[in-house]
Amino acid sequence: MTTPTLPSSAGSRFKSLPVISHLRMSSGLQRGMLVAGLVLCAVFILSALLAPLLAPFGFAQSSDASGDFPRQAAPDAKFLWGTTSTGYDVFSRTLFGAQTAIWVILAAVVMSLFIGVLLGLISGYLGGWFDRIMVVLADAIYAFPSLLLAIVMSIVISQGQSSLFGGIMAAAISITVVFIPQYFRVVRAEVMRLKAEPFVESAQVIGASPWRVMFTHLLRNATRTLPLIFTLNATEALLTLAGLGFLGFGIEPTAASEWGYDLNRAMSDATSGIWWTGMFPGLAIVLTVMGLTLVGESMNDLNDPRLRRFSRKKAKRITQSAQAGASK
Amino acid sequence: MKHSSAASPSSNDAENVLSIQGLNIDFVTDAGAVPAVRGVDLHVKAGEILAIVGESGSGKSVTARTALGIMAENGAARGAVYLNGKNMLTLGGHELRAVRGRDVAMVFQEPSTALNPVYTVGWQIMEGIRTHNKISKKEAKARAIEAMAQVGIPDPEQRVNYYPHQFSGGQKQRVVIAAALALKPKLIVADEPTTALDVTVQAEILSLLRDLREELGTAIVIITHNMGVVADIADRVVVMNQGKIVEQAPALELFERPQEDYTKALLAAVPHLGRDSASAALTQRPHQDAPVIVEAQGLGVHFPGRFGSPGFTAVKDVDLKIHAGEVYGLVGESGSGKTTIGRSIAGLNRISSGSLKVLGYEMASFKERSFKPLREQIGFVFQDPAASFNPHLTIGECVAEPLAVHRELNPSQSRSKVNELLEAVQLPAGFAQRYPHELSGGQRQRASLARALALDPKLLIADEPTSALDVSVQAKVLELFRELQSELGFAALFVSHDLAVVDQLATWVGVLYRGSLIEEGLGSKVLAQPQHAYTQRLIASLPVPDPREQAQRRALIEELNQASK
Repeated sequence: MTTPTLPSSAGSRFKSLPVISHLRMSSGLQRGMLVAGLVLCAVFILSALLAPLLAPFGFAQSSDASGDFPRQAAPDAKFLWGTTSTGYDVFSRTLFGAQTAIWVILAAVVMSLFIGVLLGLISGYLGGWFDRIMVVLADAIYAFPSLLLAIVMSIVISQGQSSLFGGIMAAAISITVVFIPQYFRVVRAEVMRLKAEPFVESAQVIGASPWRVMFTHLLRNATRTLPLIFTLNATEALLTLAGLGFLGFGIEPTAASEWGYDLNRAMSDATSGIWWTGMFPGLAIVLTVMGLTLVGESMNDLNDPRLRRFSRKKAKRITQSAQAGASK
Repeated sequence: MKHSSAASPSSNDAENVLSIQGLNIDFVTDAGAVPAVRGVDLHVKAGEILAIVGESGSGKSVTARTALGIMAENGAARGAVYLNGKNMLTLGGHELRAVRGRDVAMVFQEPSTALNPVYTVGWQIMEGIRTHNKISKKEAKARAIEAMAQVGIPDPEQRVNYYPHQFSGGQKQRVVIAAALALKPKLIVADEPTTALDVTVQAEILSLLRDLREELGTAIVIITHNMGVVADIADRVVVMNQGKIVEQAPALELFERPQEDYTKALLAAVPHLGRDSASAALTQRPHQDAPVIVEAQGLGVHFPGRFGSPGFTAVKDVDLKIHAGEVYGLVGESGSGKTTIGRSIAGLNRISSGSLKVLGYEMASFKERSFKPLREQIGFVFQDPAASFNPHLTIGECVAEPLAVHRELNPSQSRSKVNELLEAVQLPAGFAQRYPHELSGGQRQRASLARALALDPKLLIADEPTSALDVSVQAKVLELFRELQSELGFAALFVSHDLAVVDQLATWVGVLYRGSLIEEGLGSKVLAQPQHAYTQRLIASLPVPDPREQAQRRALIEELNQASK
């Protein structure tokens, strides 16, 4: 009988990457959910990457060599998912929309991640007046409806500008402002908990400086839950972006394609029976959000051994192999 | 009864309340199946107290819990567990629920988490009664009061309406036992029922369990790692190791004539009060002419309460001196302030009154900046070796941490110093590359000792360094500590709740009670002729791993309790 050994370090680095390690330890329904989420995310990322190749037309293209595109045309061979009231191809715009979404998600989440984690670490460990001010500020931002805050921020930042970069940054920064308190709160709470742990005290007893304690001892231990928040916040960033676009504070249609804006334009179409202009961008939002949520939630469940489930088949396989090994 | 007698084998006598046959348990994990229990056979007769003893991971809890049909979700059991002729492994949810509470009940380790804080204790005792009997609320309450009176809770009529937080730890455990007894089950499974309690309270709970067995004839399966508890209470003992039964014998026989090597080693590792004392041959305090390293005068530590509520005074008016090269043992129960004193000396707590001089530095005017240069002369060993290492750093990096902070060494110098330190604590040099979770508890505590000694400190503070370890591991770590101390000659403050452990290491012992130092003296003297009434009670309550001696001590406790009333 072999005793369970620790994985050897060679080749295990790849297997210990966040998503891959989760996939390896999942089984049954949990694995199904994770795989479904990963497939949806892969489709989202691939369509963003390959949009210029896959899309038959540009996102702001309303005419070609054979003349202007028909307006509100039903799906046919040329316009796979039909055209909008301004004559854009819905299929192309939906594909390019993924590109915009990914840029905004990355920019927003990365910015809020760095700032939020840093502030949370300092605030949680040092405490004092800085902590008190930061907590009050974070609470004040929490008290605002996040969409309202995002609108205010986008007006302040872009001031009616609508270039691609400006638009994306406006959306990303406004989302960042909403998200910093979340990362701040999570990291701060984790740091406050870890601060009382003996390994932090043992560093203090040695005489390590506060900076050393924060960055060598606390940082890596406090950021364990971040991959999870990352995926869950990515969905919220996407929804906030769509909300901004829907309300008309997003990116101009000629600067970039944006699902929320397209949904807004499709509102009047829906009453006159034109379903294709709204359904496809809407579905794109729903499926992307679902994919990210499934990945995030499955990672959450798999991270916690108490929530991790073994399917009957896998449990049987494991016990049988142990018994076979024992009887040899 | 016809079908059950056909199903149960002939060895299942009518007098056996519980009989476990050929039990195998595996746990399914990511790394494959982990065997937890292998081929366990045991029987419990009516009215018998059976102790299952073993170190952590021996499978003792998992085995005993099958008697209630409790199994972790990833566990797979084979074999048979007959409780009153019913096989608990094959019963379904409904039948299991009918059996639990009525035929078998459980007492958990930690009474403060086993009770629900938002319901009264009466409600929690009644819950079991009303699940199994269709009786009125009034009747159930009367039975709950009866059960509480039975376990010796004063004024049960009033206290039945109290919430768990209004009881002390020992009384909470009494309530848990009352809830287990409410339906008069034939078998009670007690999983480390006294481990979370102080020794004086432990003695009370053990005598309660013994009385209940005599009054009600309930069979008790007690799971424990403490050989003293076994000697105090058990009729018969089952010793388990690595999922298998090593030895089964009546208690007296096991302690006097252990058959197996493992049992002998286990018994030899248990610290025995009065044996192997560090101060056995001494008549006066050693090192008393050496310079004083720590001096406390009227030391007080007060923790402020929340807004409006009074604070808590953890230490009041303590005078003590630690000389260079001396091991000072500080003993006390939980809440006595022993850890607070240790932490104050290390600068982890601020003191609030009096004076505390550490290496000549006055802690009353503590500033981290001015104290930092002194920190390299103070080593600290924490209680829980698992939590005192940063899980993301290797053992080598953790041990090198003091060097990185106080000395400027290049990587190869610090590596050779780390290897030297690991060798000193008898760990192979290859462990430097391992992560803390890859080491066992004893190995981690050795590494922790290596880290504390990295800068050749003048003073080492050890806060319950062995209380999280198994006895056989504890014996080795204590031996190492003693060797290193005599070799390097550092002064040490050894904080522990275990009198026997303190006596093995410390020459000069101080006894703390509710924040005050009530007695101080040579270890052998304090333990042999305690002066203060509390010290007498504390020493009498400590169970010794010898059933005959323990029976005498039990009589002594009862005498002391009578005298104090």
